[in-house]
Amino acid sequence: MRTNYKLGALVLAVAGLSACRQDMHDQPKYIPLRPSEFFLDGRSARPLVEGTIARGHLNDDTAYYTGKGADGKPVAEFPFPVTKEVLLRGQQRYNVYCTPCHDRTGNGNGMIVRRGYRRPPTYNSDRLREQPNGYFYDVITNGFGAMPDYAAQIQPQDRWAIVAYIRALQLSQQASINDVPAEARGQIGAAK
Amino acid sequence: MSQIFHHSTNTFTRITLFGAVFILGFLGWVMFTLNGSDYVTRATQAREQPVPFSHAHHVGGLGVDCRYCHTTVETSGFANIPPTKTCMNCHSQIWNTSPTLEPVRASFRTNQSIPWTRVNDLPDFVYFNHSIHVNKGVGCEVCHGRVDKMPLMYQYNTLQMEWCLNCHRNPEKYVRPREFVTTMGYQPAGDQEEIGRKLVAEYKIQDARTLTSCSTCHR
Repeated sequence: MRTNYKLGALVLAVAGLSACRQDMHDQPKYIPLRPSEFFLDGRSARPLVEGTIARGHLNDDTAYYTGKGADGKPVAEFPFPVTKEVLLRGQQRYNVYCTPCHDRTGNGNGMIVRRGYRRPPTYNSDRLREQPNGYFYDVITNGFGAMPDYAAQIQPQDRWAIVAYIRALQLSQQASINDVPAEARGQIGAAK
Repeated sequence: MSQIFHHSTNTFTRITLFGAVFILGFLGWVMFTLNGSDYVTRATQAREQPVPFSHAHHVGGLGVDCRYCHTTVETSGFANIPPTKTCMNCHSQIWNTSPTLEPVRASFRTNQSIPWTRVNDLPDFVYFNHSIHVNKGVGCEVCHGRVDKMPLMYQYNTLQMEWCLNCHRNPEKYVRPREFVTTMGYQPAGDQEEIGRKLVAEYKIQDARTLTSCSTCHR
């Protein structure tokens, strides 16, 4: 009898060892996007209960978070000072999220448009040059026409930075050599 | 009384004693090589997916930036798989009747997730954070390879500890300026080690001793 216990323990130990590796590699816990057998929709990440507001995310600064003033119309002012850093950030984000359709100059001839997506209007029209800043913020947030919303992909701070860069693009297409500081004019020719 | 063993067994014993070292060494080498092979790590094997998504087409062909879809890679430990909505940004109008993309449209209609197959799966006892790597100048392609040339996604490296430590011991051999992190086919403008050492100092990348400490990755 005694030997049988020993043998049994040995078998269990060996079985335990072989299972050990996988248990440690794939532990029964949820990591991001790991499916769940518990929830009906198979997602381990649960959607927030409607109306949930995380601490510090009341977002009651409507001008900043919606681009609209108290009267529901797009605001004209930026909610924060536009510095060179903001513009550079805007340029970088614009190049990631907007160029597929709007292209790097804002004329609306991006790669996805060339592949058949409906062509967006150019930023370099009087109609869009005259729109207040909040208008562009609102379009990024909620979409417009064929353009889907980018609320999930671009954070509010970056949306404003992109608006600032769109303004820079609009200026760039209207600029003359006289807008360039005299000492920097030589660089433009050199850049070509 | 006659001898049990023939005289020639002396030679046989010598050979086996001497050979054992080599045989054991050889077996060790075989095990080591096998363990790091693509067969074991599943590197370079394309995984079957519900939709044959091509990074070669989207990144290489169309020039879409990595971050257009993997939006959280700079700010979160986990680089997200985009939600179906991101696919539909373009595919509401492009290829919107393609049977291949039906699972995408079905997911969008029914609000059910597309069950993508995970390609790069680290063991659960490893702590890995995408954002710290991206923000310290580790390019996407350093770990994921030339994604812009992969019609179907596969794991590019072994993802074994030895591979991680290669870089944690000598980050200056791999880091690049932050603005080139998503660039595919990046070429350093000059000597990599020289640029790398500057960037290690500029980005305050910790010394090899800290980077190779157990608790850096196993926490």
